[in-house]
Amino acid sequence: MGVGIEVRGLNAWYGNNLALKSIDMTVPANHVTAVIGPSGCGKSTFVRCLNRMHETIPEAHAEGEVKVGDIEVYGDGTDPVEVRRRIGMVFQKPNPFPTMSIYDNVAAGLRLNGFRNRKQLDELVERSLKLAALWDEVKDELHKQSGASLSGGQQQRLCIARSLAVEPEVLLMDEPASALDPISTSKIEELIFQLKQHYTVVIVTHNMQQAARVAEFTGFFLMGSLIEYDKTEKIFTTPADKRTEDYITGRFG
Amino acid sequence: MRSRFQHGLEELKEKLLRMGGLAEQSIDLVTEAYRTRDAKFCQMVFTNENEINQAEREIDELALDLLAMQQPMAVDLRFILAVVKINADLERVGDQAVNIAQRVLDLISEPEVELPVDIPRMAASVTTMVQRALESFLDGKAEIAESVLQMDGIVDRMKDEAFVVLVQRMINEPYTARAALNVLLIARNLERIADHATNIAEDVIFWVRGADVRHGGAHYRA
Repeated sequence: MGVGIEVRGLNAWYGNNLALKSIDMTVPANHVTAVIGPSGCGKSTFVRCLNRMHETIPEAHAEGEVKVGDIEVYGDGTDPVEVRRRIGMVFQKPNPFPTMSIYDNVAAGLRLNGFRNRKQLDELVERSLKLAALWDEVKDELHKQSGASLSGGQQQRLCIARSLAVEPEVLLMDEPASALDPISTSKIEELIFQLKQHYTVVIVTHNMQQAARVAEFTGFFLMGSLIEYDKTEKIFTTPADKRTEDYITGRFG
Repeated sequence: MRSRFQHGLEELKEKLLRMGGLAEQSIDLVTEAYRTRDAKFCQMVFTNENEINQAEREIDELALDLLAMQQPMAVDLRFILAVVKINADLERVGDQAVNIAQRVLDLISEPEVELPVDIPRMAASVTTMVQRALESFLDGKAEIAESVLQMDGIVDRMKDEAFVVLVQRMINEPYTARAALNVLLIARNLERIADHATNIAEDVIFWVRGADVRHGGAHYRA
Protein backbone atom coordinates (compact mmCIF):
# COMPACT_ATOMS: atom_id res chain seq x y z
CA MET A 1 0.00 0.00 0.00
CA GLY A 2 1.04 3.56 -0.60
CA VAL A 3 1.89 5.95 2.19
CA GLY A 4 1.41 9.67 2.53
CA ILE A 5 4.19 12.23 2.27
CA GLU A 6 4.57 15.21 4.61
CA VAL A 7 6.97 17.93 3.55
CA ARG A 8 7.73 20.80 5.94
CA GLY A 9 10.13 23.67 5.39
CA LEU A 10 12.06 21.94 2.64
CA ASN A 11 14.92 23.96 1.17
CA ALA A 12 17.25 22.69 -1.53
CA TRP A 13 20.43 24.14 -2.94
CA TYR A 14 22.73 23.70 -5.90
CA GLY A 15 25.93 25.08 -4.42
CA ASN A 16 24.87 28.48 -3.10
CA ASN A 17 21.87 28.66 -5.33
CA LEU A 18 18.62 28.18 -3.44
CA ALA A 19 16.43 26.08 -5.74
CA LEU A 20 13.57 25.25 -3.38
CA LYS A 21 12.27 27.71 -0.84
CA SER A 22 10.59 26.47 2.27
CA ILE A 23 8.20 24.01 0.70
CA ASP A 24 5.28 22.68 2.74
CA MET A 25 3.19 20.02 1.07
CA THR A 26 1.07 17.07 2.11
CA VAL A 27 0.78 14.34 -0.49
CA PRO A 28 -2.05 11.91 0.29
CA ALA A 29 -1.50 8.17 0.16
CA ASN A 30 -2.81 6.17 -2.79
CA HIS A 31 -3.50 9.19 -4.92
CA VAL A 32 -1.77 10.69 -7.92
CA THR A 33 -0.30 14.11 -7.28
CA ALA A 34 1.08 16.16 -10.17
CA VAL A 35 3.77 18.79 -9.91
CA ILE A 36 3.72 21.39 -12.67
CA GLY A 37 5.56 24.59 -13.46
CA PRO A 38 7.89 26.15 -16.03
CA SER A 39 11.43 24.93 -16.63
CA GLY A 40 13.68 25.73 -13.71
CA CYS A 41 10.82 26.18 -11.25
CA GLY A 42 12.13 23.45 -8.95
CA LYS A 43 9.58 20.74 -9.65
CA SER A 44 12.15 18.05 -10.53
CA THR A 45 14.36 19.15 -7.66
CA PHE A 46 11.36 18.77 -5.39
CA VAL A 47 10.65 15.15 -6.30
CA ARG A 48 14.34 14.32 -6.23
CA CYS A 49 14.43 15.56 -2.66
CA LEU A 50 11.68 13.15 -1.70
CA ASN A 51 13.94 10.12 -2.18
CA ARG A 52 17.30 11.80 -1.55
CA MET A 53 18.31 11.72 -5.18
CA HIS A 54 18.99 15.46 -5.09
CA GLU A 55 22.08 15.09 -2.93
CA THR A 56 23.68 12.72 -5.47
CA ILE A 57 24.44 15.78 -7.59
CA PRO A 58 27.81 17.34 -6.62
CA GLU A 59 27.43 20.37 -4.30
CA ALA A 60 23.68 19.87 -4.04
CA HIS A 61 22.05 19.51 -0.67
CA ALA A 62 18.66 19.77 0.99
CA GLU A 63 17.33 20.62 4.44
CA GLY A 64 13.97 20.31 6.02
CA GLU A 65 11.51 17.71 7.04
CA VAL A 66 10.28 15.03 4.65
CA LYS A 67 8.29 12.23 6.11
CA VAL A 68 7.28 9.38 3.84
CA GLY A 69 5.02 7.06 5.78
CA ASP A 70 7.00 6.41 8.93
CA ILE A 71 10.41 7.25 7.43
CA GLU A 72 12.07 10.55 8.30
CA VAL A 73 13.79 10.94 4.93
CA TYR A 74 16.29 13.49 6.26
CA GLY A 75 16.44 12.03 9.76
CA ASP A 76 19.76 11.23 11.43
CA GLY A 77 20.76 7.70 10.62
CA THR A 78 18.27 7.26 7.79
CA ASP A 79 19.86 5.17 5.05
CA PRO A 80 19.39 6.84 1.66
CA VAL A 81 19.54 3.46 -0.07
CA GLU A 82 16.60 2.22 2.00
CA VAL A 83 14.75 5.46 1.25
CA ARG A 84 15.24 4.91 -2.48
CA ARG A 85 14.03 1.32 -2.24
CA ARG A 86 10.81 2.47 -0.66
CA ILE A 87 10.41 5.40 -2.99
CA GLY A 88 10.87 4.30 -6.58
CA MET A 89 11.62 6.62 -9.43
CA VAL A 90 10.92 6.64 -13.15
CA PHE A 91 12.67 9.10 -15.41
CA GLN A 92 11.87 10.97 -18.59
CA LYS A 93 13.96 8.79 -20.86
CA PRO A 94 13.42 5.06 -20.46
CA ASN A 95 16.67 3.66 -19.16
CA PRO A 96 16.53 -0.13 -19.15
CA PHE A 97 19.81 -1.96 -18.68
CA PRO A 98 20.50 -2.47 -22.38
CA THR A 99 22.38 -5.75 -22.27
CA MET A 100 20.11 -7.46 -19.76
CA SER A 101 17.08 -9.53 -20.71
CA ILE A 102 13.61 -8.26 -19.88
CA TYR A 103 13.53 -10.64 -16.93
CA ASP A 104 16.89 -9.54 -15.59
CA ASN A 105 15.95 -5.89 -15.91
CA VAL A 106 13.00 -6.39 -13.60
CA ALA A 107 14.90 -8.72 -11.26
CA ALA A 108 17.95 -6.44 -11.02
CA GLY A 109 16.76 -4.48 -8.01
CA LEU A 110 15.64 -7.61 -6.23
CA ARG A 111 18.98 -9.35 -6.78
CA LEU A 112 20.74 -6.24 -5.52
CA ASN A 113 18.67 -6.60 -2.37
CA GLY A 114 19.87 -10.20 -1.96
CA PHE A 115 16.98 -12.07 -3.51
CA ARG A 116 18.16 -15.47 -4.78
CA ASN A 117 15.11 -17.74 -4.62
CA ARG A 118 14.28 -18.43 -8.26
CA LYS A 119 10.61 -19.21 -7.70
CA GLN A 120 10.08 -16.04 -5.69
CA LEU A 121 11.96 -14.03 -8.29
CA ASP A 122 9.77 -15.47 -11.04
CA GLU A 123 6.67 -14.52 -9.13
CA LEU A 124 7.81 -10.99 -8.39
CA VAL A 125 8.93 -10.41 -11.98
CA GLU A 126 5.59 -11.59 -13.28
CA ARG A 127 3.66 -9.54 -10.75
CA SER A 128 5.67 -6.40 -11.54
CA LEU A 129 5.30 -6.81 -15.29
CA LYS A 130 1.58 -7.34 -14.84
CA LEU A 131 1.27 -4.23 -12.68
CA ALA A 132 3.15 -2.29 -15.32
CA ALA A 133 0.74 -3.61 -17.98
CA LEU A 134 3.60 -5.14 -19.96
CA TRP A 135 3.29 -8.83 -19.10
CA ASP A 136 1.05 -9.87 -21.99
CA GLU A 137 3.33 -8.23 -24.51
CA VAL A 138 6.59 -9.77 -23.31
CA LYS A 139 5.76 -12.97 -21.40
CA ASP A 140 7.10 -15.22 -24.17
CA GLU A 141 10.29 -13.21 -24.63
CA LEU A 142 11.36 -12.71 -21.04
CA HIS A 143 14.76 -14.29 -21.41
CA LYS A 144 15.20 -14.00 -25.15
CA GLN A 145 14.89 -10.28 -25.64
CA SER A 146 16.96 -7.49 -24.17
CA GLY A 147 15.38 -4.46 -22.54
CA ALA A 148 16.74 -2.27 -25.32
CA SER A 149 14.90 -4.26 -28.01
CA LEU A 150 11.50 -3.01 -26.80
CA SER A 151 9.71 0.06 -28.12
CA GLY A 152 10.03 3.35 -26.21
CA GLY A 153 6.67 2.92 -24.53
CA GLN A 154 7.42 -0.68 -23.61
CA GLN A 155 10.84 0.33 -22.27
CA GLN A 156 9.20 2.90 -20.03
CA ARG A 157 6.75 0.32 -18.70
CA LEU A 158 9.71 -2.01 -18.18
CA CYS A 159 11.37 0.68 -16.07
CA ILE A 160 8.14 1.06 -14.11
CA ALA A 161 8.07 -2.73 -13.58
CA ARG A 162 11.68 -2.57 -12.42
CA SER A 163 10.76 0.12 -9.89
CA LEU A 164 7.73 -1.84 -8.69
CA ALA A 165 9.66 -5.09 -8.27
CA VAL A 166 11.30 -3.91 -5.06
CA GLU A 167 7.85 -3.13 -3.68
CA PRO A 168 8.11 0.57 -3.02
CA GLU A 169 5.36 2.54 -1.31
CA VAL A 170 5.77 5.67 -3.38
CA LEU A 171 6.47 6.02 -7.07
CA LEU A 172 8.02 9.25 -8.31
CA MET A 173 7.77 9.92 -12.03
CA ASP A 174 9.72 12.69 -13.68
CA GLU A 175 8.18 13.41 -17.09
CA PRO A 176 7.53 9.69 -17.64
CA ALA A 177 5.75 10.10 -20.97
CA SER A 178 7.35 13.13 -22.57
CA ALA A 179 9.52 11.03 -24.87
CA LEU A 180 6.63 8.80 -25.95
CA ASP A 181 4.07 8.88 -28.74
CA PRO A 182 0.39 9.52 -27.88
CA ILE A 183 -0.60 5.84 -27.77
CA SER A 184 2.27 4.90 -25.47
CA THR A 185 1.51 8.02 -23.44
CA SER A 186 -2.10 7.03 -22.94
CA LYS A 187 -0.97 3.54 -21.87
CA ILE A 188 1.36 5.07 -19.29
CA GLU A 189 -1.40 7.41 -18.10
CA GLU A 190 -3.84 4.55 -17.77
CA LEU A 191 -1.18 2.64 -15.89
CA ILE A 192 -0.58 5.54 -13.50
CA PHE A 193 -4.27 5.62 -12.78
CA GLN A 194 -4.24 1.89 -11.97
CA LEU A 195 -1.07 2.08 -9.90
CA LYS A 196 -2.52 4.42 -7.33
CA GLN A 197 -4.48 1.50 -5.89
CA HIS A 198 -1.17 0.15 -4.60
CA TYR A 199 1.15 3.14 -4.50
CA THR A 200 1.28 6.85 -3.89
CA VAL A 201 2.29 8.45 -7.16
CA VAL A 202 3.94 11.83 -7.63
CA ILE A 203 4.38 12.88 -11.23
CA VAL A 204 6.32 15.81 -12.62
CA THR A 205 5.02 16.92 -15.97
CA HIS A 206 5.32 19.77 -18.42
CA ASN A 207 2.13 18.63 -20.02
CA MET A 208 -0.75 20.27 -18.20
CA GLN A 209 -3.37 18.20 -19.95
CA GLN A 210 -1.52 15.16 -18.68
CA ALA A 211 -1.59 16.48 -15.12
CA ALA A 212 -5.30 17.19 -15.54
CA ARG A 213 -5.93 13.69 -16.86
CA VAL A 214 -4.01 11.62 -14.34
CA ALA A 215 -3.70 13.56 -11.10
CA GLU A 216 -6.19 14.15 -8.31
CA PHE A 217 -4.02 16.85 -6.74
CA THR A 218 -1.78 19.34 -8.48
CA GLY A 219 0.92 21.64 -7.16
CA PHE A 220 2.18 24.61 -9.15
CA PHE A 221 5.82 25.59 -8.61
CA LEU A 222 7.38 28.85 -9.67
CA MET A 223 10.94 30.04 -9.01
CA GLY A 224 11.47 27.50 -6.26
CA SER A 225 8.23 28.18 -4.43
CA LEU A 226 5.04 26.17 -4.23
CA ILE A 227 2.53 28.76 -5.37
CA GLU A 228 -0.66 26.78 -5.22
CA TYR A 229 -1.60 23.25 -4.31
CA ASP A 230 -5.15 21.97 -4.54
CA LYS A 231 -7.46 19.45 -6.11
CA THR A 232 -6.65 19.13 -9.80
CA GLU A 233 -10.12 20.20 -10.93
CA LYS A 234 -9.82 23.36 -8.86
CA ILE A 235 -6.37 24.21 -10.22
CA PHE A 236 -7.48 23.82 -13.83
CA THR A 237 -10.88 25.48 -13.61
CA THR A 238 -10.68 28.12 -10.89
CA PRO A 239 -7.12 28.55 -9.59
CA ALA A 240 -6.86 30.91 -6.63
CA ASP A 241 -3.54 32.51 -7.54
CA LYS A 242 -3.11 34.79 -10.55
CA ARG A 243 0.33 33.30 -11.25
CA THR A 244 -1.16 29.82 -11.50
CA GLU A 245 -3.83 31.08 -13.84
CA ASP A 246 -1.31 32.91 -16.02
CA TYR A 247 0.77 29.76 -16.30
CA ILE A 248 -1.96 27.29 -17.09
CA THR A 249 -3.66 29.61 -19.57
CA GLY A 250 -0.34 30.27 -21.32
CA ARG A 251 -0.27 33.98 -20.51
CA PHE A 252 3.22 33.71 -19.10
CA GLY A 253 5.88 36.19 -20.21
CA MET B 1 1.45 34.54 -25.04
CA ARG B 2 -0.63 32.27 -27.21
CA SER B 3 -1.54 34.92 -29.77
CA ARG B 4 -3.52 32.68 -32.08
CA PHE B 5 -5.59 31.45 -29.17
CA GLN B 6 -6.08 34.97 -27.81
CA HIS B 7 -7.19 36.05 -31.26
CA GLY B 8 -9.72 33.20 -31.31
CA LEU B 9 -11.10 34.26 -27.92
CA GLU B 10 -11.45 37.85 -29.14
CA GLU B 11 -13.24 36.67 -32.25
CA LEU B 12 -15.62 34.63 -30.14
CA LYS B 13 -16.37 37.64 -27.99
CA GLU B 14 -16.97 39.91 -30.98
CA LYS B 15 -19.29 37.42 -32.64
CA LEU B 16 -21.30 36.96 -29.48
CA LEU B 17 -21.60 40.69 -28.92
CA ARG B 18 -22.75 41.19 -32.50
CA MET B 19 -25.35 38.48 -31.99
CA GLY B 20 -26.35 40.14 -28.71
CA GLY B 21 -26.82 43.40 -30.60
CA LEU B 22 -29.20 41.67 -33.02
CA ALA B 23 -31.19 40.11 -30.18
CA GLU B 24 -31.41 43.47 -28.43
CA GLN B 25 -32.52 45.12 -31.65
CA SER B 26 -35.25 42.49 -32.06
CA ILE B 27 -36.69 43.44 -28.68
CA ASP B 28 -36.67 47.11 -29.71
CA LEU B 29 -38.35 46.24 -32.99
CA VAL B 30 -41.20 44.28 -31.45
CA THR B 31 -41.72 47.05 -28.92
CA GLU B 32 -41.93 49.52 -31.76
CA ALA B 33 -44.29 47.22 -33.68
CA TYR B 34 -46.53 46.99 -30.62
CA ARG B 35 -46.48 50.73 -30.03
CA THR B 36 -47.08 51.79 -33.62
CA ARG B 37 -49.10 48.76 -34.77
CA ASP B 38 -46.87 48.66 -37.83
CA ALA B 39 -46.22 45.20 -39.33
CA LYS B 40 -43.01 46.22 -41.04
CA PHE B 41 -41.15 46.09 -37.71
CA CYS B 42 -42.31 42.50 -37.28
CA GLN B 43 -40.85 41.60 -40.67
CA MET B 44 -37.52 43.06 -39.55
CA VAL B 45 -37.61 40.76 -36.51
CA PHE B 46 -38.08 37.74 -38.78
CA THR B 47 -35.06 38.82 -40.81
CA ASN B 48 -33.01 39.30 -37.66
CA GLU B 49 -33.98 35.83 -36.54
CA ASN B 50 -32.24 34.24 -39.53
CA GLU B 51 -29.07 36.16 -38.78
CA ILE B 52 -29.22 35.22 -35.12
CA ASN B 53 -29.57 31.54 -35.99
CA GLN B 54 -26.64 31.77 -38.36
CA ALA B 55 -24.56 33.50 -35.66
CA GLU B 56 -25.47 30.79 -33.16
CA ARG B 57 -24.08 28.10 -35.43
CA GLU B 58 -20.88 30.05 -36.12
CA ILE B 59 -20.25 30.73 -32.44
CA ASP B 60 -20.75 27.10 -31.44
CA GLU B 61 -18.44 26.00 -34.22
CA LEU B 62 -15.70 28.43 -33.21
CA ALA B 63 -16.06 27.49 -29.54
CA LEU B 64 -15.80 23.81 -30.43
CA ASP B 65 -12.68 24.45 -32.52
CA LEU B 66 -11.02 26.37 -29.69
CA LEU B 67 -11.85 23.64 -27.19
CA ALA B 68 -10.53 20.92 -29.48
CA MET B 69 -7.41 22.66 -30.70
CA GLN B 70 -6.30 24.91 -27.87
CA GLN B 71 -7.30 22.91 -24.79
CA PRO B 72 -8.15 26.02 -22.79
CA MET B 73 -7.79 26.04 -19.02
CA ALA B 74 -9.09 28.04 -16.06
CA VAL B 75 -10.45 31.50 -16.97
CA ASP B 76 -10.29 30.72 -20.71
CA LEU B 77 -12.16 27.47 -20.26
CA ARG B 78 -14.78 29.22 -18.14
CA PHE B 79 -15.05 31.95 -20.79
CA ILE B 80 -15.70 29.50 -23.61
CA LEU B 81 -18.20 27.56 -21.54
CA ALA B 82 -19.97 30.82 -20.70
CA VAL B 83 -20.01 31.83 -24.38
CA VAL B 84 -21.60 28.54 -25.40
CA LYS B 85 -24.33 28.99 -22.81
CA ILE B 86 -24.89 32.69 -23.52
CA ASN B 87 -25.08 31.81 -27.19
CA ALA B 88 -28.01 29.48 -26.51
CA ASP B 89 -29.72 32.13 -24.36
CA LEU B 90 -29.38 34.82 -27.02
CA GLU B 91 -30.81 32.50 -29.62
CA ARG B 92 -33.80 31.96 -27.34
CA VAL B 93 -34.14 35.73 -26.91
CA GLY B 94 -34.41 35.91 -30.70
CA ASP B 95 -37.09 33.20 -30.64
CA GLN B 96 -39.07 35.04 -27.99
CA ALA B 97 -38.91 38.23 -30.06
CA VAL B 98 -40.33 36.26 -33.00
CA ASN B 99 -43.13 34.96 -30.76
CA ILE B 100 -43.93 38.53 -29.73
CA ALA B 101 -43.88 39.67 -33.36
CA GLN B 102 -46.45 36.99 -34.21
CA ARG B 103 -48.67 38.13 -31.33
CA VAL B 104 -48.35 41.73 -32.50
CA LEU B 105 -49.36 40.73 -36.04
CA ASP B 106 -52.44 39.07 -34.62
CA LEU B 107 -53.19 42.11 -32.46
CA ILE B 108 -53.03 44.56 -35.33
CA SER B 109 -55.22 42.36 -37.51
CA GLU B 110 -58.07 43.30 -35.17
CA PRO B 111 -59.38 46.70 -34.03
CA GLU B 112 -57.34 48.22 -31.23
CA VAL B 113 -58.48 47.49 -27.67
CA GLU B 114 -57.33 49.63 -24.75
CA LEU B 115 -55.78 47.39 -22.12
CA PRO B 116 -54.39 48.48 -18.73
CA VAL B 117 -50.95 46.95 -19.26
CA ASP B 118 -47.88 48.98 -20.11
CA ILE B 119 -45.99 46.66 -22.44
CA PRO B 120 -43.47 49.31 -23.61
CA ARG B 121 -42.50 49.95 -19.97
CA MET B 122 -42.01 46.27 -19.35
CA ALA B 123 -40.06 45.95 -22.60
CA ALA B 124 -37.83 48.85 -21.54
CA SER B 125 -36.93 47.04 -18.30
CA VAL B 126 -36.23 43.84 -20.20
CA THR B 127 -34.08 45.69 -22.74
CA THR B 128 -32.09 47.25 -19.92
CA MET B 129 -31.48 43.81 -18.47
CA VAL B 130 -30.26 42.43 -21.79
CA GLN B 131 -28.10 45.52 -22.38
CA ARG B 132 -26.50 45.28 -18.97
CA ALA B 133 -25.96 41.55 -19.28
CA LEU B 134 -24.15 42.16 -22.57
CA GLU B 135 -22.22 45.07 -21.10
CA SER B 136 -21.05 42.89 -18.22
CA PHE B 137 -19.93 40.33 -20.79
CA LEU B 138 -18.12 42.96 -22.86
CA ASP B 139 -16.03 44.19 -19.95
CA GLY B 140 -16.02 41.07 -17.77
CA LYS B 141 -17.71 43.08 -15.00
CA ALA B 142 -19.41 40.81 -12.50
CA GLU B 143 -20.87 43.80 -10.59
CA ILE B 144 -22.92 44.84 -13.62
CA ALA B 145 -24.06 41.25 -14.00
CA GLU B 146 -25.21 41.29 -10.38
CA SER B 147 -27.42 44.30 -11.06
CA VAL B 148 -29.16 42.27 -13.79
CA LEU B 149 -30.00 39.52 -11.31
CA GLN B 150 -31.64 42.07 -9.05
CA MET B 151 -33.88 43.33 -11.87
CA ASP B 152 -35.38 39.95 -12.66
CA GLY B 153 -37.84 40.14 -9.79
CA ILE B 154 -39.21 43.46 -11.04
CA VAL B 155 -40.05 42.02 -14.45
CA ASP B 156 -41.58 38.94 -12.82
CA ARG B 157 -43.89 41.19 -10.82
CA MET B 158 -44.87 43.16 -13.94
CA LYS B 159 -45.87 39.92 -15.64
CA ASP B 160 -47.85 38.75 -12.59
CA GLU B 161 -49.70 42.07 -12.43
CA ALA B 162 -50.46 41.94 -16.15
CA PHE B 163 -51.81 38.43 -15.68
CA VAL B 164 -54.20 39.53 -12.94
CA VAL B 165 -55.60 42.56 -14.77
CA LEU B 166 -55.85 40.85 -18.14
CA VAL B 167 -57.67 37.81 -16.80
CA GLN B 168 -60.06 40.13 -15.02
CA ARG B 169 -60.64 42.04 -18.23
CA MET B 170 -61.30 38.82 -20.15
CA ILE B 171 -63.91 37.83 -17.56
CA ASN B 172 -65.58 41.22 -17.50
CA GLU B 173 -65.41 41.97 -21.21
CA PRO B 174 -65.12 38.71 -23.12
CA TYR B 175 -64.93 40.50 -26.48
CA THR B 176 -61.44 41.71 -25.45
CA ALA B 177 -60.25 38.15 -24.87
CA ARG B 178 -58.30 37.79 -28.09
CA ALA B 179 -56.37 41.02 -27.60
CA ALA B 180 -55.93 40.40 -23.88
CA LEU B 181 -54.59 36.93 -24.52
CA ASN B 182 -52.13 38.28 -27.08
CA VAL B 183 -50.89 40.90 -24.61
CA LEU B 184 -50.68 38.30 -21.87
CA LEU B 185 -48.51 36.12 -24.08
CA ILE B 186 -46.34 39.11 -24.97
CA ALA B 187 -45.86 39.83 -21.25
CA ARG B 188 -44.90 36.21 -20.73
CA ASN B 189 -42.44 36.28 -23.64
CA LEU B 190 -40.88 39.44 -22.22
CA GLU B 191 -40.56 37.79 -18.83
CA ARG B 192 -38.84 34.83 -20.50
CA ILE B 193 -36.37 37.21 -22.15
CA ALA B 194 -35.62 38.63 -18.70
CA ASP B 195 -34.89 35.08 -17.56
CA HIS B 196 -32.44 34.65 -20.43
CA ALA B 197 -30.77 37.95 -19.49
CA THR B 198 -30.48 36.60 -15.95
CA ASN B 199 -28.87 33.40 -17.25
CA ILE B 200 -26.40 35.46 -19.26
CA ALA B 201 -25.51 37.51 -16.18
CA GLU B 202 -24.98 34.32 -14.18
CA ASP B 203 -22.69 32.96 -16.88
CA VAL B 204 -20.65 36.17 -16.82
CA ILE B 205 -20.23 35.84 -13.05
CA PHE B 206 -19.13 32.24 -13.52
CA TRP B 207 -16.60 33.29 -16.16
CA VAL B 208 -15.18 36.18 -14.16
CA ARG B 209 -15.30 34.84 -10.60
CA GLY B 210 -15.54 31.10 -11.09
CA ALA B 211 -18.65 31.13 -8.90
CA ASP B 212 -21.90 29.38 -9.69
CA VAL B 213 -24.67 31.78 -8.67
CA ARG B 214 -27.54 29.91 -10.29
CA HIS B 215 -30.53 29.02 -8.14
CA GLY B 216 -29.59 31.51 -5.43
CA GLY B 217 -26.40 31.89 -3.40
CA ALA B 218 -22.85 31.69 -4.65
CA HIS B 219 -21.29 28.29 -5.00
CA TYR B 220 -17.52 28.31 -5.21
CA ARG B 221 -15.62 25.16 -6.00
CA ALA B 222 -14.27 23.60 -2.82
